[in-house]
Amino acid sequence: MRKYFQLLLVIPFIGMCVLLPWANRAEPYVFGLPFLLFWIVLWMLLSSLILLIVYKLDPENEGSEVE
Amino acid sequence: MNAALLIIFLFAAIALYLGIRATRGKEMNVNEFAVGNKGFGTLFVFLLIAGEVYTTFTFLGGSGWAYSHGSAAYYVPAYICLAYVLSYWIIPKIWRFAKQHNVISQPQYFMKSYNSKGLGVVVAFIGTIALIPYIVIQLKGLGIIVSEASYGAITPIMASTIGAVIVTVYVVISGIHGSAWTAVLKDIMILIVIIFLGIYIPHHYFGGIQPMFEAVQAAKPEALSLEAEGYSLAWFISTIVLNAFGFYLLPQSFSVILSAKSERALKKNAVTLPLYTILILFAFFIGFAAILQVPGLQGADGDLSLLRLVMQTFDPWVVGVVGGAGLLTALVPVSVMIMSGAIGLMTGFYKLIKPNSTDRQQLTVSKVFVILIILAAYLFTLKGGNALAILNIMSYGLITQLVPAIIFSFFHSKFMNKYGAMAGILTGVSIVLFNAVTSFKLVNIFPNIPSVLNDINMGFVAIIINIIIGITVSLATNSIVRKQSENEVLNEPVTN
Repeated sequence: MRKYFQLLLVIPFIGMCVLLPWANRAEPYVFGLPFLLFWIVLWMLLSSLILLIVYKLDPENEGSEVE
Repeated sequence: MNAALLIIFLFAAIALYLGIRATRGKEMNVNEFAVGNKGFGTLFVFLLIAGEVYTTFTFLGGSGWAYSHGSAAYYVPAYICLAYVLSYWIIPKIWRFAKQHNVISQPQYFMKSYNSKGLGVVVAFIGTIALIPYIVIQLKGLGIIVSEASYGAITPIMASTIGAVIVTVYVVISGIHGSAWTAVLKDIMILIVIIFLGIYIPHHYFGGIQPMFEAVQAAKPEALSLEAEGYSLAWFISTIVLNAFGFYLLPQSFSVILSAKSERALKKNAVTLPLYTILILFAFFIGFAAILQVPGLQGADGDLSLLRLVMQTFDPWVVGVVGGAGLLTALVPVSVMIMSGAIGLMTGFYKLIKPNSTDRQQLTVSKVFVILIILAAYLFTLKGGNALAILNIMSYGLITQLVPAIIFSFFHSKFMNKYGAMAGILTGVSIVLFNAVTSFKLVNIFPNIPSVLNDINMGFVAIIINIIIGITVSLATNSIVRKQSENEVLNEPVTN
C-alpha cells in the first residue's frame, strides 16, 4: 500500500480541475466568500493537508536528516 | 520630499545594505554565488520560493486581475498551489541528480541529463528569453509602485532605474546570498501590508468581506464566476495545469531548488507553501473593493487599482510603507532571476567555448552576464508595452516547453533522447512565439471549433505537439544515439 502513497498527489488536481465546472458559481457564500473563491481556498487547504499525509507516509522522511 | 518618498528610500537603503552584507565571511566562488554552495536550509528555501509568489505581480497583478477580470484572477493561487503539489514528486528528483552531477544551473541539468551540449545551449537560450519578460514585469511594476507611492515625485522610469541599479549591485557582490537576506525583509513587509489592507479596506468601505462581495455581485454579477467564453473554465483549467508544471522550470525557481541543503528541506516546504499562498486572497479583496471604489481604470491601468485605492484611503506614510514593500517585492525576484539567468548563460555558453576556464574567470563572466541581462530587461522596460499578466503567461508558455524533456529525464527510456528533446522543445517554442506575435487562436485554423477548445491556453496545445514530435524523433534516432555512446566509450568519456 505505502508504495503508492504518492498517488494521493492526484487528488488536488481532481479538486481544482475536474470538479471546477461544478464549483463555478457565486452562490452560496461560504465564510463570506463567493462559492468559487471558497472552493479554490478549500483546495489549497486540502492540498497542504494531503501533502502533509504524503510527507508522513514517505519512508524517505523517516529517521534523522541525512545530508 | 514627502513622507512616502522618505520611507521608500529608507527601504531601498536597507535592502541594499542587507544585500551587500549577506556575503560577509564567505569566500565567493561560482558555486557559492549561484546556489549558495547548496547549503540553504528549509527557511531560506521557503522564503526564496515564496519570493517567486509574492512578487510585484501579486501586488499589482493579483489585485489588477481581480479588478479587470474578476474570478479569472484565481488562476494565480490555483496554479501555484498545484505547482507545490507536483513539486513533491518532481523536485527531489532534480535535486538528487544535481547533487550527484554537481549541477548549478538549468541548462547544465539538461546538458548532463541528456548528454548533449546543444540541448544545454538551447535551454540556456529559452531560459533567458523567458526570464526577460519576467524581469521587465518586475521593473515596470517597481516603477509604477514607487512613482505612484511618491505621488508622482519620481517618474516610473527613474524608479525602475534606481531599482535596477540596487539589484545589480547586490547581486554582483553577493549572488544568491543577497537575495536570501533581502527576501527575509521582503516577506515580513509584504505580509503585514497585504493582510492589513485586505482586511481593513473591505471593512472600511463595505463593513465586511461578504458585504463587499455582495456589493460587487450587485454591480457586476459576472465578476464572481468564470465567464462562458474567453477567460472561461477551459482557459482556467488548461492554464493552471500548464503553469503548475512550468513553475519550477522557470530558471529562477530551478536555482532555488539547487540551493537547498537537502531533499527534505524541499519536501517540507511543499507541505507548507500552499497555506502561505492563500494569503494572496487578500490581494483579491483589494482588487474587488477597487471595482466599486476606484472604477474606470481601463486595460493595463487595472494594475493601478491597489495603489489608487490605498492613496484614496490612507495618509502618505502608509502609502510610503506600501510603496517600500512594493519595491522589495520587485527587488528579490529580480535578483534571483538575473542571477540564475547569468549562471545559465555562463554554464550553457561560456563553459562550452572555454571548458578549461578557472572558477574565478567563470565568476567574472557570470557577473558580466548579470549586467547584460539587467540591461536588456531595462531597455525593454523603457520601451513600454503590454499589461503585466500577458507577458507573464507568455513566459510560462515558453518555459513549459521544457516540461516533457524534464519528466522523461527521470526515466531514461527509449521514448526521449537528446534529438527528440531538442526537436520537441524547438517545435513547442516556435508555436508559442508565433502565437505571441500573431495571437492566433485555434479558431483561425478550425473555424467551427467549440469555444471550449478555442479557449485552451496555446502553451498547452504547443506542449502536446512538443511531446508527439519528441517521442517520434526519439524513436527514429535511438540507433544513432546508441552508436554515439558506443564511440564515446571507445574514445574518452565526456566530463562536462
